[in-house]
Amino acid sequence: MQKYSIFSLIRNAIDYHTGWERAWRSPQPQPEYDVVIVGGGGHGLAAAYYLAKEHGITRVAVLERGWIGGGNTGRNTTIIRANYLQDESTALYGHALKLWDGLSQELNYNVMYSRRGVLTLAHTEHELKEFSRRHHANRLNGVALEFLTPAQCQAFCPILNISPASRYPVLGGSLQREAGTARHDAVAWGYARAADARGVDIVQNCEVTGFRIANGRIEGVETSLGYIRARKVACVAAGHSSVLAAMAGLRLPIESHPLQALVSEPVKPVLHTVTMSNAVHVYVSQSDKGELVVGAGIDAFNSYAQRGALRIIEEQAAALVELYPIFSRLRMMRSWAGIVDICPDASPLITKTPVGGLYFNCGWGTGGFKATPGSGHVFAHTIAEDEPHPIAAPFRLDRFASGALIDENLAAAVAH
Amino acid sequence: MLRIPCPFCGPRDESEFAYGGEAHIARPENSWTLSDGDWADYVFMRTNPKGRHAERWRHSHGCGRWFNALRDTATHEIVATYRIGEPTPTGRR
Repeated sequence: MQKYSIFSLIRNAIDYHTGWERAWRSPQPQPEYDVVIVGGGGHGLAAAYYLAKEHGITRVAVLERGWIGGGNTGRNTTIIRANYLQDESTALYGHALKLWDGLSQELNYNVMYSRRGVLTLAHTEHELKEFSRRHHANRLNGVALEFLTPAQCQAFCPILNISPASRYPVLGGSLQREAGTARHDAVAWGYARAADARGVDIVQNCEVTGFRIANGRIEGVETSLGYIRARKVACVAAGHSSVLAAMAGLRLPIESHPLQALVSEPVKPVLHTVTMSNAVHVYVSQSDKGELVVGAGIDAFNSYAQRGALRIIEEQAAALVELYPIFSRLRMMRSWAGIVDICPDASPLITKTPVGGLYFNCGWGTGGFKATPGSGHVFAHTIAEDEPHPIAAPFRLDRFASGALIDENLAAAVAH
Repeated sequence: MLRIPCPFCGPRDESEFAYGGEAHIARPENSWTLSDGDWADYVFMRTNPKGRHAERWRHSHGCGRWFNALRDTATHEIVATYRIGEPTPTGRR
């Protein structure tokens, strides 16, 4: 791997930037691997990286139907936070938050992790009470949250409209200062490059069309580039997880929905933090390019189409202008949808399956990006040891039969 | 934006409707002998197909009645709508 540094930048500038290598190889798949990871998004690439780095398993292929980072990894609103309600979730997202710190150095790739804070707003008495419940639960788990009065919210974020005359006035805010954003593409590219450097084969434009299973154990995957033998297969396909599960004769508690987002034209720095609001349903931050990145809720119906209804966009634009009248004449440049995999308890699955050697990591729903490093890290352990990482153990598939759900529907800090 | 043909009122905009998820999920009859796994299958597991999906809708800002639709989740094409209790149409046109 060609190391990126100020010196390599200067050296390549002298050569008019003709000396840069490809960030990762583009190999043809080999006939056999120890682990095949299906899905080349952030979570899958991170799992491949940690398999190679922490478990010494380098005969690994990541198969991606499209291109690296072209799915939900490149379609989210890049928010990172860890203010979940349940102990299991705090452990999982907190683990990810620790890994975000220092990730750029570890990968030698600038993922532009920015601890700019996430401010969640309350507009009803109920939300205020929910805040105090969540603050207490988080404090017990060592997660620092601060309560802000409306005036303090405005002091922190001056362009916020806290007028009591607005339709849903701001009654308070919950601030996690160590939360923030990162550049989503860079996360995928950084993990891809670092995994490739450790010998992982990243195969793009390779669609998995079936599994070969014998005596209850996985033997390999059928792909558009032919059959590949594999001792273990790990599926990290977000919205398409149910499709893969059906190929293996499994059913998942997941439904796929479009989640839309949009960006504005770039403007000078005006919003230095991330704000979220459930009652006036929108979340927004400003990218380093200057675009506002705006998101809200899912389209209600099941879909694999990567597009949703315009009225969802209209509602979140209306919410944006309600909270920030200053944005009323800002033009929106583009909108898109990702297909998110929603679990009934709004918590993910990081799990073994009834098929030996077949693993699933899915169900992240509307909030998977923030967990990318932690998810990959604990999933790699689960695959390598064939035993769940202690942090991943509660997120097993059989929790739906045992009843040990991890319900984040009311406290995922964003309405679904 | 979908345009959904309500079997009672005719075609209307999606914003008049509420979504009810997968259709034809029957509550198991032998509930006192059902295993935890079978309960989980009934309560939580979903088909979630990429392609034709039989699903429930309610014309909540219209006639208020529930009905079923056969819709393609990859293209958003609504193949057919039909009343509760009727079998799923084959979808051939």
